[in-house]
Amino acid sequence: MQQSIAFHHRTGIDRIKDFLRGIGIFLRLIASNRVGLLGFIMVLFFVGLSFIGPHLVPLDTKTKVSEIYVPPSWEHPLGTDHQGRDVWSQIVHGGKDILYVAFLTGLISTFIGVFFGSLSAIIGGSFDSLMSGLADVWLTIPRFPLLAVLAGFIRLDSLSLLALILGVLGWAGLFRAVRAQVFSLKERDYVEAARALDLGLGHIIFSEILPNMMSYIAINFTFAMTSAIYAQTSLVFLGLVPISTSNWGVMISLAWTRGAIFFKDSIYYIMSPIMAIALLQLALVWTGRSLEAVFNPRLRAGA
Amino acid sequence: MSKREQSLLSWTEGPEADVPLSVRDLWVEYQAQRGAVKAVRGASFDLYKGESLSLTGESGSGKTTLALSLIRLLPKSAHIRGGQIIYRRDGREYDVLTLEEGDLRQFRWKECAMVFQSALNAFNPVLKIWDQMYDTVKAHDYTDREKVRKQALELLELVQLESERVIDSYPHELSGGMRQRVLLAMSLLLNPQVIILDEPTTALDILTQRTIIELLKELKKKLGFSMIFISHDLSLAAELADRVATMYAGRIVEIGNVYDVFYHPRHPYTLGLIKAVPTVTGGFQELVSIPGSPPDLIDLPPGCAFHPRCPYADERCKQEEAELTAVTRGHLVACFHWERVQNDLGQEWQLRDQ
Amino acid sequence: MTASLASGAKLSRGGSHAAESPGVGARPASFAPSTSLIELDHVGRTFGSGKEKVRAVDNVSLTISEGDILCLVGESGCGKTTTGRIAAGLLKPTEGRVLFQGSDIWSMDRKEFKRYRRAVQIIHQDPYASLNPAHTVYKVLSAPLLRHNLVGNYAEARLKCMELLEIVDLTPPGDFLDKYPHQLSGGQRQRVSVARALTVNPSFIVADEAVSMIDVSIRASLLSMLSRLREQFGVTFLFITHDLALAKHFAWEHTIAVMYVGSIVEIAPTPELIDHPLHPYTQALLAAIPEADPRLTRSKPRVALRSMDVPSLLNLPSGCRFHPRCPQFIEGLCDQEAPELVSVGNGRYVACYRVSQV
Repeated sequence: MQQSIAFHHRTGIDRIKDFLRGIGIFLRLIASNRVGLLGFIMVLFFVGLSFIGPHLVPLDTKTKVSEIYVPPSWEHPLGTDHQGRDVWSQIVHGGKDILYVAFLTGLISTFIGVFFGSLSAIIGGSFDSLMSGLADVWLTIPRFPLLAVLAGFIRLDSLSLLALILGVLGWAGLFRAVRAQVFSLKERDYVEAARALDLGLGHIIFSEILPNMMSYIAINFTFAMTSAIYAQTSLVFLGLVPISTSNWGVMISLAWTRGAIFFKDSIYYIMSPIMAIALLQLALVWTGRSLEAVFNPRLRAGA
Repeated sequence: MSKREQSLLSWTEGPEADVPLSVRDLWVEYQAQRGAVKAVRGASFDLYKGESLSLTGESGSGKTTLALSLIRLLPKSAHIRGGQIIYRRDGREYDVLTLEEGDLRQFRWKECAMVFQSALNAFNPVLKIWDQMYDTVKAHDYTDREKVRKQALELLELVQLESERVIDSYPHELSGGMRQRVLLAMSLLLNPQVIILDEPTTALDILTQRTIIELLKELKKKLGFSMIFISHDLSLAAELADRVATMYAGRIVEIGNVYDVFYHPRHPYTLGLIKAVPTVTGGFQELVSIPGSPPDLIDLPPGCAFHPRCPYADERCKQEEAELTAVTRGHLVACFHWERVQNDLGQEWQLRDQ
Repeated sequence: MTASLASGAKLSRGGSHAAESPGVGARPASFAPSTSLIELDHVGRTFGSGKEKVRAVDNVSLTISEGDILCLVGESGCGKTTTGRIAAGLLKPTEGRVLFQGSDIWSMDRKEFKRYRRAVQIIHQDPYASLNPAHTVYKVLSAPLLRHNLVGNYAEARLKCMELLEIVDLTPPGDFLDKYPHQLSGGQRQRVSVARALTVNPSFIVADEAVSMIDVSIRASLLSMLSRLREQFGVTFLFITHDLALAKHFAWEHTIAVMYVGSIVEIAPTPELIDHPLHPYTQALLAAIPEADPRLTRSKPRVALRSMDVPSLLNLPSGCRFHPRCPQFIEGLCDQEAPELVSVGNGRYVACYRVSQV
């Protein structure tokens, strides 16, 4: 074969260029769905608000009796709370914990679910029956009462610990979904071809099957996050978690116990964290709409 | 009527009343993300009374879109951009494309019926065959149950099914071949003048295919309807068609009597197609492929859509698309070089003609 | 092209001669000639259990010699795809043995089985499902090369991939390497599938309806490419198809085996099968197939069948599977026990009481 091949080695610059191109493709695909784009922007906003915001907006911790439940103004965009502290600064500082736990929980439960789901579907047999049975039982466990009981035994003061527990509790749903997907994917002709080529189980799972499930996994990840947010917010609201740092859940809890819903001026105090959480959830769900496009190989190659 | 339309019609075998369906310059496009898919690009043909016409072509030829257009059963994403579908009966004629909702409903099934592929999803799985047949007919104001039942039983017998047993069965209780026959019977309920069949024998095993083919021949003779069938299978056309129309990239490139098209093809694509299809009996032949692949219907090459794959293509072909012109009586070709094809075939096709 | 793809195979001729030649046969393994590459010995496969038992393959015995082509022909649902997958070692039979160069593949040790695994490859029917949509052509072809250390580094892998693309007529190869499957046509995808199968230098390829979903006008060039593989590299083929015309064309100098509802009913050299079919099913099939030649097809004599009912795999007829439809049915014989596949000379085998009685 006399063809000359212009085959150059990949330099560092090439890798950077590839990376940037990858980001470009990612952004284009996120933008392909209007709702998804909106959701993505909102998520970015909340992330920015919660992680960069605290450096820009100092947390107001001074009690000012004269400024209790001040309605929204330039100085206090969301009014003040029952101790005269600025609500807006609390909102800015309150998202960090929520997002951190949500992300970590999502990561843990997705990882466990995907790992065991794929393994179970591929190995089949008694391992699969065992895992499926376990998952079925797991799903029937009422999560909340269990969490409440656990809170009595373990001091849930560490965010990571909370994330770990929530993650482990939530693996079963994703397990079943992934298992079903893998069952269907493993029958595909290209998987059979990989078997015939003796490419190995690892290759089949990670190279053949997983890439075709990425959008599915990503979307389930966002849902794992939303459910984690609900779970931790509820726990905090019910006072089962001794987390004292300012976060939206704590704000709701405090506002509630202080009877903030009964006063016209204090509505902002209780509604702000509720709206923040609601909007964050919405943002996550909406982003999911674009995620399918992001992980679709047809669209990525730009045919 | 334009001069070209006249010239097309003057090749009919008899007076105009014997041409129940005429299609002129039909243009159908689908809207896709990348652009407009030009599925049918100026297709024209006539359907003579009592004949069976085969619309033959490979994937992307536009044959299914064309057939669906005839009864306006296209999906929402399709737009008919131009052309006429003229239907004639008892001296009256009208353009199907201009029909309103009510008239269109009358047209469908009563004048022109379609037989889909016998897949299970052509049926409602929770309704018995009788219910589906009656529903079809009810929409056309035939409400005398007794009469319809009698007619249905007769038709089921006509398609060689045990009428009493089948009429009260559910679709999943019947085999593929039986379902195809039920669909046939259903299409005949209102005694239409034209029947369109979409790949009538695909998905059936060969022995069952044979019975369907024989049945179609017999029914056509007995009931006298005109038939259009879509197929990618050349051998089905050879078996069943009186006339064959080959389609490529949304246009009819050749149309004529089945013997003419098979033994004296004049379009390079038709010739290529015939050379690419082997026969089972009758010795060993060389199979020849047509180089290249079907064109992208969103981004068609300029001029003739077939020119990138055509051994006869020249500069003119790259700029202009030929219209259907008459080669002999009843045999039309859309190619500038049909005479060269004729000369090249000369000796070679004598053998097959015996 | 440098290395021969087959594991040192000589080409042997097809089966259109006397019975002693190493052709295709239904013989037990002990009598199989030494050049037999793949042998199915009384292979059976049942799916499901209880009431839902489906006997997809029943008592199938086949021998394919090195460098040969065996066409497995039958209608949809006759079990030919299942048989193909069993021959390729992708499905384990419920009865019988699958022998590769004389050894039972399901009793092999790991090393031997790995060798077998790579020697036998499969090409699937559906070009839209045979390639992973998330992989470029380069990734598809380089994965086996890299995994099995058939190349030293990425540069070599890229070169080898281009060589393979040239073998399957995808030129210029550089144009195709970085494409995704959805950017290729059906015919091009099938060629990539073939190239993928060739990466591991197989000696045996199972082509399961490999051209059935390809446009008619492109089939011939794909088939000639496959034939060329056989001539150049000595690859043995099991060519599965429902289209007898295709089988005739691809295996003209070789052998066809006809399957009906899970069993083999006839094996013969192609020209003989076409001209003088012996089994009533083969006869009915040949008579029923429409031909792409109006005069030929309209003047073909038809074979009338006793019944139009297609047998269901869940409720098989007793004895010979074809007896309810067979025009040559012998009452009391054909509906009692299924006939065995017996040799009738000249490399022909038929499973029919009528034929073997004569």
